[in-house]
Amino acid sequence: MAGSQTPDLAAAAVAGGADLIEIGFPFSDPLADGPAIRRAAERALAEGMGTAACLDCLRRTSERVAVPLVPMTYAALLEAYGWEVFASEIENAGAESLIVADLPADERPELRRVQLVAPTSTNERIALAAERTDGWLYLVTLTGTTGARRELSPALEPLVARARRLTDVPLYAGFGISTPAHAAAAAELADGIVVGSAALAAACEGASALERFVASLRAALS
Amino acid sequence: MNVGLYGDYGGRYVPETLIPALEELTRGWEAARADAGFLAELDSLLKRYVGRPTPLDEAARFAPAGKRILLKREDLCHTGAHKINNAVGQALLAGRLGKHRVVAETGAGQHGVATATVCARFGLDCVIHMGAEDMRRQRPNVDRMKLLGAEVCPVEFGTKTLKEATSEAIRDWIANVETTYYLIGSCVGPHPYPAIVRELQAVIGHEARAQAFEALGRLPGAVVACVGGGSNAIGLFAGFLEDEGVRLIGVEAEGAASLASGRPAVLHGSRSSVLADADGQILDAHSISAGLDYPGVGPEHAHLRDTGRAEYVTATDEQALAAFRRLAATEGILPALEPAHALARALDLDAETVLVGLSGRGDKDLAEVLAR
Ligand SMILES: Cc1ncc(COP(=O)(O)O)c(C=O)c1O
Repeated sequence: MAGSQTPDLAAAAVAGGADLIEIGFPFSDPLADGPAIRRAAERALAEGMGTAACLDCLRRTSERVAVPLVPMTYAALLEAYGWEVFASEIENAGAESLIVADLPADERPELRRVQLVAPTSTNERIALAAERTDGWLYLVTLTGTTGARRELSPALEPLVARARRLTDVPLYAGFGISTPAHAAAAAELADGIVVGSAALAAACEGASALERFVASLRAALS
Repeated sequence: MNVGLYGDYGGRYVPETLIPALEELTRGWEAARADAGFLAELDSLLKRYVGRPTPLDEAARFAPAGKRILLKREDLCHTGAHKINNAVGQALLAGRLGKHRVVAETGAGQHGVATATVCARFGLDCVIHMGAEDMRRQRPNVDRMKLLGAEVCPVEFGTKTLKEATSEAIRDWIANVETTYYLIGSCVGPHPYPAIVRELQAVIGHEARAQAFEALGRLPGAVVACVGGGSNAIGLFAGFLEDEGVRLIGVEAEGAASLASGRPAVLHGSRSSVLADADGQILDAHSISAGLDYPGVGPEHAHLRDTGRAEYVTATDEQALAAFRRLAATEGILPALEPAHALARALDLDAETVLVGLSGRGDKDLAEVLAR
């Protein structure tokens, strides 16, 4: 989640072995998020992380790290800022792409972004999302909101199998991936993994805790 | 392709996980409304279970001199508010879609009670999300829901009112979408919900138009209803939209005036007029009435405002309380605090005959009113 610590945390995550950093631009009513990310958004907003502050945070982070940065947010922020202006401002501030958690592939198709698909998605919708996605397809591993889980979702395997038949774009799996063991199991199936709530919990303990956590995930992948 | 639009409002701003369920719902609804069997069953339930048609009453002592005020008595529906019209229809739809678990949000508790009621009637599991603050101020309805067999989940974060309850109901639906029907309580949310709720509430307006014609020999000069999410208002307005001589007036709570002081924003799956800041962050609403205490509104109302077909005004907590007391003293009717807002503005409206949607009864509000 964007905040004053983000550049340091991003640098720590990259030192731990992260290939890409997702930066949350907080929204007051995040429907796709469970308690951990919802609370982080509440804290960020209380600290004044409106869109202008988030763009500044993105810019400062891009000056610190060389990996791709991908803001993750909700449609409300783009609606308020202006859809096209928002897209060009994040690009100017160093973003590689964008994720909008409540914008399915058939809404605002002109907005270039990473599309998400879920275990409930039909084959037609997976094909549509893959065709429109920007670089890689985000596979939501489970039917639910974000948040650390005990087990890796069993729905990931059939979702990857369906998506492989429909597209050649890289598939990154996220939602609920919390431990090195989950990471290793998910990476057997997908081309990349996305860790949100668990990384956020580590980041709450500081940059070195985050670096150790990311390094433990990285080690599990090799 | 953008679906479900009212002008520039509406749409489907939800996580992908829900899209297949929304498409299934759209198909299920289209099939149901074209099915004479479904329509007959709905009609029969509205008669023998809900108690329709509700009367059109005249409030001769409540009305100021020289003015006629007619009341569409939705407070006489089973469970005490218009919410049951929608709940019955959607519960039938849930059955057709093969869902056995129903989830809903509630503010005043009237939609929660209506949902718990139809779930008991049809043997469905029922989970209601309700803000902790609303559980406090609408206590009788919490007890009713529990007695009806519903599980009531308190929402302890954020505003602890209808906005957060709706978010939690949608999150519950996301997590359980394969088994669960989301029975939304107002004409808000992603397409096709605003259209479904409007059509199920339109019975109010269609009855009222015929009854007004019978009572007055002509149509009323103005039709007034309170607007929270906007379902009783859109249902009442639906009967009069084509009658250009009839003014349509929606009354919002002053501290929750999504139409009077909102801006275009995205909340709970659709684009509408919302209380939001310049960054699109949703602002808190404030109203004595839990059912109006919501920063959003149905997309069709935003469109009706922009086209000028309907007007939207506000009433303060004090005006609503005064109208509540006046209706009790002059007509022997305790209105809910929500329609008390509509009653307040009907009094000073510049129209000779005014038809007011009395959307619910006030038993749930006694503690709140007595505390003032
Ligand atoms: C009696 C009554 N009227 C009105 C409302 C507001 O809802 P809507 O604007 O959807 O009719 C409520 C909501 O709880 C209610 O209980």
